[in-house]
Amino acid sequence: MSQPPVLSVTGLVSLLKETVEDNFVRVIVEGEISNLARPASGHLYFSLKDDRAQIRGVMFKPATRLMKFSPENGMRTICKGMVTIYQQRGELQVVVDAIEPVGTGSLQLAFEQLKEKLKSEGLFDEERKRPIPASPRKVGIVTSATGAAIHDMLQVLKRRGVGVEVCLWPTKVQGEQAAGEIAAAISGLNRHSDVDLLIVGRGGGSIEDLWAFNEEVVARAIADSAIPVVSAVGHEIDFTIADFVADLRAATPTAAAEMICRNRVELETHVDRLSMQLGERLEARLGLMRERFDGLRRRLVSPRHQIEMRGQLLAEFSTRLQGSMAHFLERRSTAVGSLALRLDTLSPLKTLERGYAIAMRGDGKVVYDSADLDLGDTLQLRFSRGGAMVKIEEKM
Amino acid sequence: MSEKGSFENSLKRLEEIVNKMEQGDLPLEEALACFEEGVKAAAGCQKLLREAELKIESLRLDNGGELVKEPFTDSSVDG
Repeated sequence: MSQPPVLSVTGLVSLLKETVEDNFVRVIVEGEISNLARPASGHLYFSLKDDRAQIRGVMFKPATRLMKFSPENGMRTICKGMVTIYQQRGELQVVVDAIEPVGTGSLQLAFEQLKEKLKSEGLFDEERKRPIPASPRKVGIVTSATGAAIHDMLQVLKRRGVGVEVCLWPTKVQGEQAAGEIAAAISGLNRHSDVDLLIVGRGGGSIEDLWAFNEEVVARAIADSAIPVVSAVGHEIDFTIADFVADLRAATPTAAAEMICRNRVELETHVDRLSMQLGERLEARLGLMRERFDGLRRRLVSPRHQIEMRGQLLAEFSTRLQGSMAHFLERRSTAVGSLALRLDTLSPLKTLERGYAIAMRGDGKVVYDSADLDLGDTLQLRFSRGGAMVKIEEKM
Repeated sequence: MSEKGSFENSLKRLEEIVNKMEQGDLPLEEALACFEEGVKAAAGCQKLLREAELKIESLRLDNGGELVKEPFTDSSVDG
């Protein structure tokens, strides 16, 4: 028995490496990912294992870039690559260039992962949603210039006769460059136009066709847009990441255009109603004023009327005054008559009629006392009819 | 740019005026002035809504990063 030759470690490992690489040009292996490490280099290091065995795996940075989803520990995968030996450590490893999840498709998984990530960042939060202008004057549209989406939208706007300025920023909507172009168009319209609403979308298609709208770069561009964004991707059932980040999701491009038209009609009605209300308010205001005015007017008695009234009153008083004056005078004259009568009975003439005489001295004074008389004085006697001059001869 | 949002402004003004007139304690002169302004705002809104035309242009950046505006016609829409 000849002894095998003595080999250096390098020699042994090199031999093994050659043997392995020659026999396993390309392998496809199913296993669970564990011990996943993502160093700054961008390469992925992990173990692939099943119940009874495991093997080291590595995926280099260029290959990771092509992967839609991101591998995680515990994930069941099918890895494609080459088996080799990492010489420095003498370790057997699979250099993986493609990983597919087992069970769900890789795109579906990527979708779920990005959705979860952006959601946890709060990009889907309701508070982030910008209000959609009720009547956009100028609408930016990001879609293909030749696709069904722009055609459908323009047709709706045209049919409904809704006047709006449309700024189309054409992009690819599927394929490798689509996501980047869509993101650039969103930021381009933000920087270079004065549109007040963005519609980002495309017609329906398979998940692969719609994929650009599930890319992180598009989601970030929508989230960063200062202009409100309506997503309008595909058929009604297809939800994309763009739909979650957008301020409003329209089920289809047609629906997005219909929304603008409906808003426009609602606005027209609103303006009509307001302008009618304006008239009604003024009418009500004037009615109120008129009522107040009429009320005041009723209370405001014309001075002429007052004068007439007073005149009447005056005439009435004057008649009454005259009447009462006549009455008064009549009463007084009656009184005077009776007084005259009474006066008459008291008159000295009546006394004289009864045979009395009045004796008066030369100075006209009536004599009451004989002591006032001297012998020889002349007295005048007054009778009821006529008088006589007498001389005092004796006093008694 | 000054035209931007002029519809929204007019509409907002119109709504304010209608609300103000609803309060009823406005002096008559002011109510009349409000009405006049409101009628103008309403007419402005209606004009912007009804007389706007569908205009379509296409935007892109050229290789130098300069904005290029071109008319866009979707023949199948016009037809």
